Amino acid sequence: MEQVRTSIWREEAEPTDRFATRSAHCRGYDVYGDLLGRARWVDMLWLLFREEAPTEAQAGLLEALAVALANAGPRDAAVHAAMCSGLGRSPAAAALMAALAVGAGRHGGAQEVAAAMTIWDSRAAPESVALWAAGWLAAAAPTSPIWPEADHPPGFEPNGVVTPGIVCDALQRLADIAGGPRLRWLAAQRPEIEATVGLPLAMSGVAAAALGDLGFTPEQGEMLHLLLRLPGAAAHALEQRAGSYKDFPFFALDLQDDPLKETA
Amino acid sequence: MNNGMTSPLEQHAGRLRTRMGGAFVGQRAVFRGHDLHAELGDMDWLALYTFGITGQRYTPAQIKVLHAIWVFTSYPDARIWNNRVAALAGSARSSGNLGVAAALAVSEAEIYGRGIDIRAAGFIQRARQALAAGEGVDACVREELKRHRAIAGYGRPIAAGDERIAPMLRLIEQQGLADGAHLQAALAVEKHLQDGRWRLRMNYAALAAALTADMGFTPRQHYQFTFPAFLAGMQPCYIEASEQPAGTLLPLACDNIAYEGPASRSWP
Repeated sequence: MEQVRTSIWREEAEPTDRFATRSAHCRGYDVYGDLLGRARWVDMLWLLFREEAPTEAQAGLLEALAVALANAGPRDAAVHAAMCSGLGRSPAAAALMAALAVGAGRHGGAQEVAAAMTIWDSRAAPESVALWAAGWLAAAAPTSPIWPEADHPPGFEPNGVVTPGIVCDALQRLADIAGGPRLRWLAAQRPEIEATVGLPLAMSGVAAAALGDLGFTPEQGEMLHLLLRLPGAAAHALEQRAGSYKDFPFFALDLQDDPLKETA
Repeated sequence: MNNGMTSPLEQHAGRLRTRMGGAFVGQRAVFRGHDLHAELGDMDWLALYTFGITGQRYTPAQIKVLHAIWVFTSYPDARIWNNRVAALAGSARSSGNLGVAAALAVSEAEIYGRGIDIRAAGFIQRARQALAAGEGVDACVREELKRHRAIAGYGRPIAAGDERIAPMLRLIEQQGLADGAHLQAALAVEKHLQDGRWRLRMNYAALAAALTADMGFTPRQHYQFTFPAFLAGMQPCYIEASEQPAGTLLPLACDNIAYEGPASRSWP
């Protein structure tokens, strides 16, 4: 018989139908008979990615991060994409697919978070800001040629001229809640780090530090960043779906090679 | 409950039963009952694509028109909502496949794209049946308006006219495909809407649906066929945005957001 191997999930079949689940177990815990109603959503989320349940501090930090990432707002490219889906009344899944596709990348997206986490993993205990920043700036290449060059060090905003207040607030709050070495060091050294790197810190940099402090791998962090940013994309897509496309920005066109202009 | 029943899934377990094809990797591939490389290897890609959808072969004139259905609606304008998804993916430095695949998913919209295509195809086929039965199209039109408050394939968001109609009508005239019963039904609906109080013109969705219906496509086959209709316009949107500095596509500032919700308050 063909079999799927997993150490995450076990299902016991009903005695009279092997396609019906009598009980489901996540990492050994009975999901519907024990966890349901007692475990928080972040406990379950953690348990799916990790072998052991989170401590109170770990669950608290993951939940706080989830709040920080829940909605990047309608100015964010991934949310913008989801709204483009909503306003045309495309299927709900298309809105999330749009948010995932646009939010997957190396500018503000999950690949950027994974890249930053990878660099963090190689220097978890920074000796000095100058050494840390030098290593950071030298290690920004994509892991696969399917991703375009980001042209900026991961975790920092290439178009930024000031550190957004929400980034500072998120960093400080997460560091205060249950911050590990990355969040605490980043929060303490942020102005000097930004001056050395030459760019302001971005929310992706805060997320990478938090996910790294929680012990997630870059691949897990990438997946969590994609997941945790979906609620806002979904809500904004639904809001646009209920409105009219006529109320949504369509922008002016500045066509550089219009054949009609060239022949005129 | 059980009642001694066996799960219907049992008979499907453990194997894929299909008539569509299979890959014998390292040896050969079968596509709808034909050896892909030996029998279909010199086929035009779009002819193969439509063969995969309908199981039918089409004349060179029909294939030319099927190609044109896609060509005439390939608009590399990153402002258009589905294209904008591809462009935003490029700007956010996501992968080209992710961006364009999501843009294609978004193309299944209710106000344009696949959502309209399948409804337009169903409507045109009902209109043709009504004409064939000598009933006229009025009842069909009123029923569609009653159900959807609009007629898929007639009228158009953003613009009043449809620049794709004239070149397509010229092409099908050249190819000898302008006399189909579904096309005539689509034109009869437009005349009815123009003569009545609705003043709606036929748009490209109705024309394309009529043309494939005249080739024997069902509405669902038409919907599957048009899946990549916007694709050629999407790739340039992704590419240009990915070549521009990251994050610079159609940036929105805080004052571009008009907030209409509750005033600031404290979390309890």
